[in-house]
Amino acid sequence: MSQISLKDLRHSYVAQPAGDDDWALKRLNIDWSDGGAYALLGPSGCGKTTLLNIISGLLAPTEGSVWFGDKDVTNIAPDLRNIAQVFQFPVVYDTMSLFDNLAFPLRNRGVPEPQVDAKVREIAEMLDLTGMLQDRASGLTADAKQKISLGRALVRTDVNVIMFDEPLTVIDPHLKWILRSKLKELHQAIGTTMIYVTHDQTEALTFADQVVVMHEGTVVQTGTPVELFEKPRHTFVGHFIGSPGMNVLPCAVANGVPMFAGTQVPTDHPVAGAESAARLEIGVRPEFVSFAEDGIPVNIVKVADAGRYRIVDARHGETVIRLLVSDGEQVPSDGARVRFDPAHTQVYADGWMIT
Amino acid sequence: MSTKTVNQRAWLFVLPVVLLVAFNAVIPLMTVVNYSFQETFGDNVFFWEGTKRYEQELHSERFHAALGRQLAFTSIILVIEVPLGVAIALAMPKRGPWVSVCLVLMALPLLIPWNVVGAMWNIFALPEIGLLGRTINAIGIDYNFTQSPVAAWFTTVLMDVWHWTSLVVLLAYAGLCSIPDAYYQAAKIDGAGAWATFRYIQLPKLKRVLTIAILLRFMDSFMIYTEPFVLTGGGPGNATTFLSIDLVKVALGQFDLGPAAAMSLIYFMIILAVCWVFYTLMMRGEEQ
Amino acid sequence: MTLELRNVVKRVGLETHIHDTSLTLKEGGFNILLGTTLSGKTTLMQLMAGLERPTAGQIWFNGADVTGVAVRKRNVAMVHQQFINYPHLSVFENIASPLRVAGVRGGEVTERVGKVADLLKLTPMLTRRPGELSGGQQQRTALARALVKDAGLVLLDEPLANLDFKLREELRDELPKLFEGHGRTVVYATSEPVEALLLGGHCATLHEGRVTQFGETAKVYRAPQDLRTAQVFSDPPINIAEIIKRGGKLVLSDEVSWPAGERAAALPDGTYTLGIRPHHVSPAAHEPGEVSVEGRVLVTELSGSESVIHFELGGRTWVSQSHGIHPFRVGDAARFDVAMEQCLYFGQDGELFAA
Repeated sequence: MSQISLKDLRHSYVAQPAGDDDWALKRLNIDWSDGGAYALLGPSGCGKTTLLNIISGLLAPTEGSVWFGDKDVTNIAPDLRNIAQVFQFPVVYDTMSLFDNLAFPLRNRGVPEPQVDAKVREIAEMLDLTGMLQDRASGLTADAKQKISLGRALVRTDVNVIMFDEPLTVIDPHLKWILRSKLKELHQAIGTTMIYVTHDQTEALTFADQVVVMHEGTVVQTGTPVELFEKPRHTFVGHFIGSPGMNVLPCAVANGVPMFAGTQVPTDHPVAGAESAARLEIGVRPEFVSFAEDGIPVNIVKVADAGRYRIVDARHGETVIRLLVSDGEQVPSDGARVRFDPAHTQVYADGWMIT
Repeated sequence: MSTKTVNQRAWLFVLPVVLLVAFNAVIPLMTVVNYSFQETFGDNVFFWEGTKRYEQELHSERFHAALGRQLAFTSIILVIEVPLGVAIALAMPKRGPWVSVCLVLMALPLLIPWNVVGAMWNIFALPEIGLLGRTINAIGIDYNFTQSPVAAWFTTVLMDVWHWTSLVVLLAYAGLCSIPDAYYQAAKIDGAGAWATFRYIQLPKLKRVLTIAILLRFMDSFMIYTEPFVLTGGGPGNATTFLSIDLVKVALGQFDLGPAAAMSLIYFMIILAVCWVFYTLMMRGEEQ
Repeated sequence: MTLELRNVVKRVGLETHIHDTSLTLKEGGFNILLGTTLSGKTTLMQLMAGLERPTAGQIWFNGADVTGVAVRKRNVAMVHQQFINYPHLSVFENIASPLRVAGVRGGEVTERVGKVADLLKLTPMLTRRPGELSGGQQQRTALARALVKDAGLVLLDEPLANLDFKLREELRDELPKLFEGHGRTVVYATSEPVEALLLGGHCATLHEGRVTQFGETAKVYRAPQDLRTAQVFSDPPINIAEIIKRGGKLVLSDEVSWPAGERAAALPDGTYTLGIRPHHVSPAAHEPGEVSVEGRVLVTELSGSESVIHFELGGRTWVSQSHGIHPFRVGDAARFDVAMEQCLYFGQDGELFAA
């Protein structure tokens, strides 16, 4: 086990990358400390799979290097990197029993049979598979198969990192939380570095202590779930994390105070240096917008009932501001005004939060 | 949940095929059954013979010999063609421009009419003028397939392997291409070598297509007629007289329609039984 | 145009897929079929479309019995979960295909396709093939094809299920607007309660081939007439406990009993099933008048803006759903407040006890 570092990593699928668009990954520097639970989160095409393949060694980066501890592994083959991977679709060896499946990686490495037996039983116990060890792997349910895939990673003691590539895709929605729970528990118990790649925010935030949000080949923010929710560093993060996403409203800054449509929008956060930006925006989550006596005048255009709260679309001019109103609270009909909570209102210059 | 719709009128669409099959298969088959149980001396007068023909046929040495040759031939070509076909499929490129080149090359022998294959190999293997025949003789081996039974068998088997291995290759290749990359990556990560990858990933995933390939090759080779007939005519002597060649000799050469009918029905039952047993065994393995 | 099912039954072999069902769908808004996989949503839709024939009962459309009428003679459009388009045709030709089949010619085709493409933001993609589009655009094309046809009955079978969740959010917002008016009857199948709520309209909850309730979506959610309906209409699953009401107390177990509160006070003494939605069980804030429980945390699922905490209490799994990020660790003991006034009480026959 060791720390994983990506140094000045860039990758392009084009032979002679010219413009910015040719780079699938645009210069990354990431340090992942030993034993952490990390997630790579982003929509399809953001570069997360490319990054995963570079770490596992299936792809050689165009520039930069990958380090496991103090060892440069950039040009080392996947099977020599001591990594383990759980794929989107469960990979089990159909003709083998569940026991032999779990024993396979150890036997391939020449581990003596008594040790194999002990280790397999230990891991099977953790995964609640003990009673099924002699069953053939082919007839099992998707969640049991995915547990086997995970088990083959866990039996090994030489693993630097376990990588998960959308591992819950084929799991029945009602059973997902059970596997999520199991994964968290295992990480707490074993302490191997784990990297979880997904486009699903619930998967990422539930699993990881640190979430790396990717967008168009760059890392837009690395942070805890709380940080991503309360202080999105980029408007993309605000939009992508949370449902509904953050309101991103065009604004101007006058005398150090953000202005939206002629109304001052007070904020507790810095606005310095905003003047030089080409594009200025206010970011405020629907959770932190409320109806008020004074504030921005709006027309209510839509109220959608989500059960425990309602999502209100309030329009000012051409801009729609979303807010959440809890069940039981009144939605005013005429002359409504909204205000933003200054503690959770940030200003973004060219997409990036001013700090 | 089933999505089938029950519509009785659909049967009307099947009617032409039912008629076609009736005239093509069912009526001739019933005629053969009829002949096998009865004796006639012409004039449409028939005498009931019961199962006498079958008993005679099943005890005839000539039938035993032909059946023995047939089983030997089928076993030999299966033992060669299936592993060879899988090996070639494994060696073929999985992507890139060479894929289509390989596929076309592989498909070529399958496109040649059977009698042409026989004629080609006949000329190819002739000791005086054929390339194969002359080459073998040139390296000091006495080879003449029209005189030596061993040479005749060797040539027949080689011809069949050349003609039909491609079928196994194409089926196995299609099977291999359908294995997701994740399986190979997982095997690498688990530290599996090439043999373990083949044994635990590729072979299990090929089981279905190989079942089909073996069934097809069994049936085809068991019924083989045109190619050896053109190549060797069943000779030298009776060395390559397989069941179907023998059957034609009895039916058309000697015009013994009754025994030929009984023989062909026994022949048919053997193929049916072997296919059924084989398929059941393979599929039972599948379910477990 | 109205669609009516009269005592429809569907049996396949010995299995009954749809039990005796009578349902009159509402013209105009959405008619939502809500249920888990295999609850019978798809079968019911196929019966409505005429792809399946009912074993018994009749289907009436616009006052005429259409039970045995072939699909192509009915004016029906359908969109599936998978993105189904003609891969060899351009987006334009894909959208135009139902018109071509109907024998519409020339300028009218261009005009109608143009209009629908505009509505679905497909105008820039009209010359491309479906294979070159993103998932969201492919599904928009399929929706456009259903829309251009002017069908009296539009069936949408989980059309958003295969999309990334941000795209799902976006398209879900647009869908009701797209299909409103024109006297269409729109049927929408989904397995997600929140989606059903946000789409509004009317909702039929399905469980194992039976419609448990049909009515205005928000009303079915707030006043489910029985326990099954409440369970179908709750994600995360509604918390359930057997309780005995005795005088002013609700007895949960030998150790735990709660004051009955205003709402439960009206109940006669006896045994009930208590149902409480996850968002009425929240991490303890010690507000007065609320009952609190302590449980062992199994997992905290974070969705970006809310936390779903699964915990164990008295041998059952309970779920709490709350706004904001509350990352409890697996195995922690935590206290939760239960909003007793929001509880639903079901009698032993499963019927809601209207307090």
